[in-house]
Amino acid sequence: MKKILFATAMAALISGTVNAETIKLGVILGYTGPIESLTPDMAAGAELAIKEVSASGALLGGSKVVPVRADTTCTDSAAATAATERLVTSDKINAIVGGDCSGVTTAMLQNVALANGIVMVSPSATSPALSTIKDNGLFFRTAPSDARQGQVLTAILKEKGVKKAALTYTNNDYGKGLANSIKTNFEKAGGKITISAAHEDGKGDYTAEVGALAAAGGDVLIVAGYLDQGGKGIIQAALDTGAFDTFVLPDGMIGDSLPMAIGSDLNGSYGTVPGTDSPGAAKFGDMAKAAGFKAGPFSSESYDAAALIMLAMQAAGSSQSKMFKDKILSVANAPGTKIYPGELAKALKILKGGGDVDYVGASSVELIGPGESAGNYREILVSGGKNTTARYR
Amino acid sequence: MDDIFNALILLSNFVIVPGMAYGSQLAIGALGVTLVFGILRFSNFAHGDTMAFGTMATILATWLLQSWGVSIAPLPTALLALPFGIAATVVLCLLTDRWVYRFFRREKAAPVVFLIASVGVMFVLNGVVRFIIGPNDQRFADGERFIMKAREFKRMSGLSEGVAFKTSQGLTILTAVVVVIALFWFLNRTRAGKSMRAYSDNEDLALLSGINPERVVLITWTLTAALATIAGVLYGLDKSFKPFTYFQLLLPIFAAAIVGGLGNPLGAIAGGFIIAFSEVTVTYAYRKFLAYSIPGDWAPEGLVQLLSTDYKFAVSFVILVLVLLLRPTGIFAGRST
Repeated sequence: MKKILFATAMAALISGTVNAETIKLGVILGYTGPIESLTPDMAAGAELAIKEVSASGALLGGSKVVPVRADTTCTDSAAATAATERLVTSDKINAIVGGDCSGVTTAMLQNVALANGIVMVSPSATSPALSTIKDNGLFFRTAPSDARQGQVLTAILKEKGVKKAALTYTNNDYGKGLANSIKTNFEKAGGKITISAAHEDGKGDYTAEVGALAAAGGDVLIVAGYLDQGGKGIIQAALDTGAFDTFVLPDGMIGDSLPMAIGSDLNGSYGTVPGTDSPGAAKFGDMAKAAGFKAGPFSSESYDAAALIMLAMQAAGSSQSKMFKDKILSVANAPGTKIYPGELAKALKILKGGGDVDYVGASSVELIGPGESAGNYREILVSGGKNTTARYR
Repeated sequence: MDDIFNALILLSNFVIVPGMAYGSQLAIGALGVTLVFGILRFSNFAHGDTMAFGTMATILATWLLQSWGVSIAPLPTALLALPFGIAATVVLCLLTDRWVYRFFRREKAAPVVFLIASVGVMFVLNGVVRFIIGPNDQRFADGERFIMKAREFKRMSGLSEGVAFKTSQGLTILTAVVVVIALFWFLNRTRAGKSMRAYSDNEDLALLSGINPERVVLITWTLTAALATIAGVLYGLDKSFKPFTYFQLLLPIFAAAIVGGLGNPLGAIAGGFIIAFSEVTVTYAYRKFLAYSIPGDWAPEGLVQLLSTDYKFAVSFVILVLVLLLRPTGIFAGRST
């Protein structure tokens, strides 16, 4: 009896202090589905930050952080909700890096994160609707809203002298939000969208869709879809029938697999993807290379999402979502010491000493409004069968 | 004058050429369905997935050939791999017959029991195909992509509209003609074909006159497997291979077979083209076509599109319902279920 009492007392003592614990971060992305070619690098980005913090031993008295992966499928809200539910209730994750596509992210937030009070930081959900959604201060994103992408794309279209454009979008929250934003901005700037038509993903043949787009006509075709799905099909069919030669590719269409699949006919098309030329981006590129993955689209945002969560934990002195959710904005923005990728240990020490940090990270994080990235974009030009960087905006 | 040519070329590019290719693919698919219905007397719901299986086998063989550096450029390597795909599918069909359908045939089960059994086979095949090759898009087309590129056509003709003619579309139409001629020759001229038709017309009389039923079943499955694989490979070459789209193809294929008259090969072909052209013409936006063909500035402001392309599948449903209401036996008076 004495022994048991003693053991219990010891156990209470150990767990009572803010001592080393194992913190679990859910890395919930669409490992299968329309953006499955991007997610491995995104997850690798988030896990790189996690590893860096774990190895430093500076977080909350030497706590270890482990990633737990789950699949959102990008399209199936029920599957994403179930996967998130499982991680929250049985794996007991402390916070979520994810989700990826806007529709499933909304579902995860409303069905699981709000109910359980779990912080979510999405690296890639860009629907404007997420700016105004009720989130109890739990939802953040290191990706900018598509409202901003519409402005950037419009500026590029104007510079290229495009007056009329046809627009097609994938029939979901992401596609609709982005299409609306492009259409509003482009028409405000004096351009004309001849047609704004939805397309379904996963069809074998898009000739009929392209027929309607071609009938409406336009200097270019804006394809607000997914590169591994209908977006690719639309471009292929448009090239085959000679309906359009130049395509405008928003972020969901930027990836190496697209120029590879389409070939030289895609040369001359252009687009945008969140990105920055800050020193952080280059540094992250090197770190990614050393870790054996590619700093592809949204992988730097994923690194930053994970880093923000862990820095906020340190600032709040707690790994509980309800405690650290208020610290995310303060570690992300000025004032404070600027923190670049690879400097997470330094940031943790500053925070421990009661100092303030301004996390810049790999994607020049600056959170505005309800906690979303202000938005830096990389203008992409497809040339020589590759996505090349034209400039930063 | 140029305007009229432009209008015609525009229509060819977006309606006639894709419609012909799609129609041929549906026709070959519907022939398989109609054969099974006419001779084995049930609606084979597993046909779409049989097509997927055949295409998958062909793709795997294509990849093997490509890795060996074998090529018949400018034609796609898949043509060379096709016999292998057909052989694999024949084996599959005979095995399913052995393990599933033969039992019900001996029981003299009602057609609806067969139909439900085929739904089961469909789900199993669905899983098998996804398990082997995965649920994603697979590209296996190689060789020369175009017989005529839209841009080249514009340059040659000096017109402002171009027509693109893909190698896969040319191959599809050509193969469809060859397959149909061969099938009709087989059914009408050879002994085996005649015994199949006899078995189809009157099973008891055929048995009395000494026709071996197991042989008829064997030949039917072999033909069905070959047709399914050819239709699947042509569709995959022309569009892309994805197991789910093949599963969806079941609807237009059945619509084609029923519209033409189930059990009637000629009807299956006509049905294939009727369904394909209905889908394409109803969902095409005619604005540019009218702009060319109407004189002056009378071109309409809207798109002149009867139905959004989202409703493509609905077109086959509507035709199916109309035919079943007005002429349940189909245009060529096949068997009514």
